[in-house]
Amino acid sequence: MQLTDLTALELGAAIKSRACSVEEAVRASLARIAALDGRIGAFITVCEQEALQEARRVQRGIDDGSLTHPLAGVPMALKDNLSTRGVRTTCGSRMLEGYVPTFDATVVERLRALGAVCVGKTNMDEFAMGSSTETSYFHPTRNPFDPARVPGGSSGGSAAAVAAREVPYALGSDTGGSIRQPASFCGVTGLKPTYGAVSRYGLIAYASSLDQIGPLCRDALDAAAVHAAIAGADARDATSVQAPPLPPLGAPDLAGLCVGIPEEYLGEGLDPQVRARVLDCAQTLRELGAQVERCSMPALRAAIPAYYVLASAEASSNLSRYDGIKYGYRAAPRPDGEEDLTGLYARTRSEGFGREVKRRVLLGTFALCSGYYDAYYAKAQRARALIRASFDEALARFDALLGPTAPTTAFPLGERLDDPLQMYLGDIYTVSVNLAGLPGLSIPCGADAQGLPVGAQLIAAPFGEGTLLRIAAAYQAATGHHRRAPKEVG
Amino acid sequence: MKVTRELVDSVAHLARLDLDAAEREAALRDLTRILDYVDALSALDTDGVQPMSHALRLQNVLRADEPAPSMAAQDVLQNAPERKDGCFLAPRAVE
Amino acid sequence: MTAYEMVVGLEVHVELATRTKLFCACSAAFGGAPNTHCCPVCSGMPGALPVLNRRVVDLAIATGLALGCRITRHTQFDRKNYFYPDLPKAYQISQLYMPICRGGSVQIDVGGARKDVRIHEIHMEEDAGKLVHDPWTDRTMADYNRCGVPLLEIVSEPDMRSPEEVVAYLEKLRATLQYLGVSDCKMQEGSLRADVNLSVRPVGSEALGTRTEMKNLNSFKAIARAVAGEFRRQVELLQDGRAVRQETRRWDDNKDTSFAMRSKEDAQDYRYFPEPDLPPLVIDEAWIERVRASLPELAEAKIARFQRDMGLSERDARALTAEKPLCDLFEQTAACCARPKDAANWVMGEVRAALKARGLAPDALTLAPEALARIVLLTAQGSLARDGAREALQAAMDASPDAPLDVDAFARAHGLLLARDDGACERAVREALQAFPAEVARCRAGEEKLVGFLVGQAMKRMPGRGDPRRVSELLREALRAPDA
Repeated sequence: MQLTDLTALELGAAIKSRACSVEEAVRASLARIAALDGRIGAFITVCEQEALQEARRVQRGIDDGSLTHPLAGVPMALKDNLSTRGVRTTCGSRMLEGYVPTFDATVVERLRALGAVCVGKTNMDEFAMGSSTETSYFHPTRNPFDPARVPGGSSGGSAAAVAAREVPYALGSDTGGSIRQPASFCGVTGLKPTYGAVSRYGLIAYASSLDQIGPLCRDALDAAAVHAAIAGADARDATSVQAPPLPPLGAPDLAGLCVGIPEEYLGEGLDPQVRARVLDCAQTLRELGAQVERCSMPALRAAIPAYYVLASAEASSNLSRYDGIKYGYRAAPRPDGEEDLTGLYARTRSEGFGREVKRRVLLGTFALCSGYYDAYYAKAQRARALIRASFDEALARFDALLGPTAPTTAFPLGERLDDPLQMYLGDIYTVSVNLAGLPGLSIPCGADAQGLPVGAQLIAAPFGEGTLLRIAAAYQAATGHHRRAPKEVG
Repeated sequence: MKVTRELVDSVAHLARLDLDAAEREAALRDLTRILDYVDALSALDTDGVQPMSHALRLQNVLRADEPAPSMAAQDVLQNAPERKDGCFLAPRAVE
Repeated sequence: MTAYEMVVGLEVHVELATRTKLFCACSAAFGGAPNTHCCPVCSGMPGALPVLNRRVVDLAIATGLALGCRITRHTQFDRKNYFYPDLPKAYQISQLYMPICRGGSVQIDVGGARKDVRIHEIHMEEDAGKLVHDPWTDRTMADYNRCGVPLLEIVSEPDMRSPEEVVAYLEKLRATLQYLGVSDCKMQEGSLRADVNLSVRPVGSEALGTRTEMKNLNSFKAIARAVAGEFRRQVELLQDGRAVRQETRRWDDNKDTSFAMRSKEDAQDYRYFPEPDLPPLVIDEAWIERVRASLPELAEAKIARFQRDMGLSERDARALTAEKPLCDLFEQTAACCARPKDAANWVMGEVRAALKARGLAPDALTLAPEALARIVLLTAQGSLARDGAREALQAAMDASPDAPLDVDAFARAHGLLLARDDGACERAVREALQAFPAEVARCRAGEEKLVGFLVGQAMKRMPGRGDPRRVSELLREALRAPDA
């Protein structure tokens, strides 16, 4: 048994019991990154020196009794849109290639305070726009289960790093499925918390009303521990709230729980193998004592168009600040020395942003223009309200909803890069959860014929993370899908 | 929704993006396809539905008018591509 | 020839007198070295988020209540998107769809005619940074200290018809905002700024002409001149058969004319949308009542009270309340000396004249009310003559606010106190009579005009200290006496 095979809580317990030191845990993680990441590409920046220095500080804290958290001393990775003081934070973009934040994101501050050790910043689709981690300015990330395939996105680096056992857990962000879909493609457990459960302060914004930070882990117990560590109201984020603490995951059975499967999650476009694995999962939940029923939520059909209008509109505004004046990339001066402001802005932004970002900025700018606002932006906001109402109704009847996380398993690199609409349609099961602000969890539920992981998605009412994690913990106690490691990189 | 080159150009200008000829054509094609798909929204009956701007039903999140220390100017300027005398430097801003 | 009238509406921006900025805890104080009142939030760093300052909402509600506006119960902030180096986020957090106040009015009084200028709306927004042209590099230097300072934008209806009405509106609005403590309204520091929207039309016409917007107006005087100048310009255009172009113009007060600002190559589209980082505001009755209960006494109430309790005329009461610094000085002085009418005369007369002579605005006044009260009292008692009192006032205005002038000590040291003791006066009168026997005789013979000469001679013998009234009395008594 290697240290890198342990889950975060197991490794934390080993550190606490002096079975290993923090430095050994951190070195094991760094060594695995050094050995594997050339093939995976999960990281943009590896912070070896900072991590080793931090390991010594945390060890002292554990030794003197000031650090007692179960995750103290455990290495982890952060998606590269989470601000880290003194460590460059690129958002996977040329625009922020050399940007070094002067402050830590709230989640980073919270994890550092309890003794977590960040070993690096993970790759992502540029500004979190994408579902494959191929739009990163730096390099694509490869799926540890099949390096010819994508890890999903946009938190593909975090998902791949956890799947490849480079770190026991990582943080990602999820605006339309960016934690859950890569978790599904890489066979890890990914939680998108309720909007507002986790502070967004220091998360470099993509779409402010949809973005949420969450953990990618090896199992539900780790996800619960990491979520509890990062959640809670933050005076610096006016949209954050204090949710009640997670109940203990406790009971191994699911007696008394009602789970709904929306027909819309099993419709056209769903890979039959994915469908079969998700229905297997439903059967297991039944065997664990849950009551599982079909339901219908027709409003979900509006989710993809509503999401792409709203997310792109917010993004067009959020990304306007990248203009080459305050930080980040600035286009070279014109050879003739003539420099006008508008020209510098436009050249900086055109050279600093990649194709997908420009595509969404154009779409979002269009949707907010005075002649089109009502037909696109306001209409999408109304569709959003209908989707929320539809979830409210379903979740009054069910404790949780079950469906696939994504319509397919991991697809080959390059397959969808030139077809934005096909790429967007892959988010069909995840975006509605962000529009409604609900918690969603993706758990491994088996594999397709090629051995690629399949993810099942669970959705609950606002602040129902406890319900999701309880179902997942019971499922993972009864099954072994989440323990399957990728062979290709092993 | 008919997307024209003029529309692409005016939106690109508003977004301060310079598109070369190939990018303009690609943008025209992409926006046309995406908007064709998005136009499905227009079929949705949203009469009487209030637009939803926030996922959470929060209100009145306020802070007290209590000052806290600001950053050192050198930190504010740390990432600036060009600076002078404690200020950010930009091309001449026209009236 | 057609007679034209002007139609003027104002957009007034006031910086609020809060300790911190609208969305972060940086100081909102004026000044400071460049970029020293900044944090990730107000300098637009990636990942920073705004959190609303409660005091701003209270001040906006207070302003709305004072101007008789309706307070919007469900309100929110919107983003106004545009690229400019003074706006680090490339959007300004403002209010378009649901401004916090609507309706209301400002009552003005021009040439004895009362008029209500209606308020269209008041909204909250953040200020932008300061841009300075650097002549060495021919580039623009950006300082974000002012970024995020809270503003109210008060938008009037186009109800004003003359430069006098415009100035009266601004004076009344400024006084109200100052009484409320909402803003210090210092135009020279940019805490009160006005943009003028002006169009012209033939007298009697109801239709509105094409309007221009004028910016860069640094004083009420400049605004009055700019309004008159823009009116002339538009009328001349129309009389020449040309059209007024809708444009933004920049007033140049030195050249007494305005210039069209380089027109933007495209129409602005600010792409407003609700600010997702800030939850909406729900303002209930209890909140409004809490603010209402904390409102200070406003000008109209003061005018009534000054007439009722202090015996001032309505004219004096209005004049006193027009400028808050002077009104504050009056109230505190009157409270110290218990002579409201005298205090009012001093403030409106000598103090205002002294400010004017020094070229100071009323808000630059540092005169201690205790000192002024002592001057008023000593003058009223006859212990200070007018000239001596003026001298004391100048000294009191020169004194630092931390060490106000001790008026009695000053008057003693400079020999300003009038001699009240009859002994000194009688001695001086006696000496004068003895020195000019011939004149005394002519006086007694009825040459009345020589009385003044003799009073002067007596005064000379007690320089600076004589009470001329008392000297004159004693002299006349002595002249009536058979043998002096």
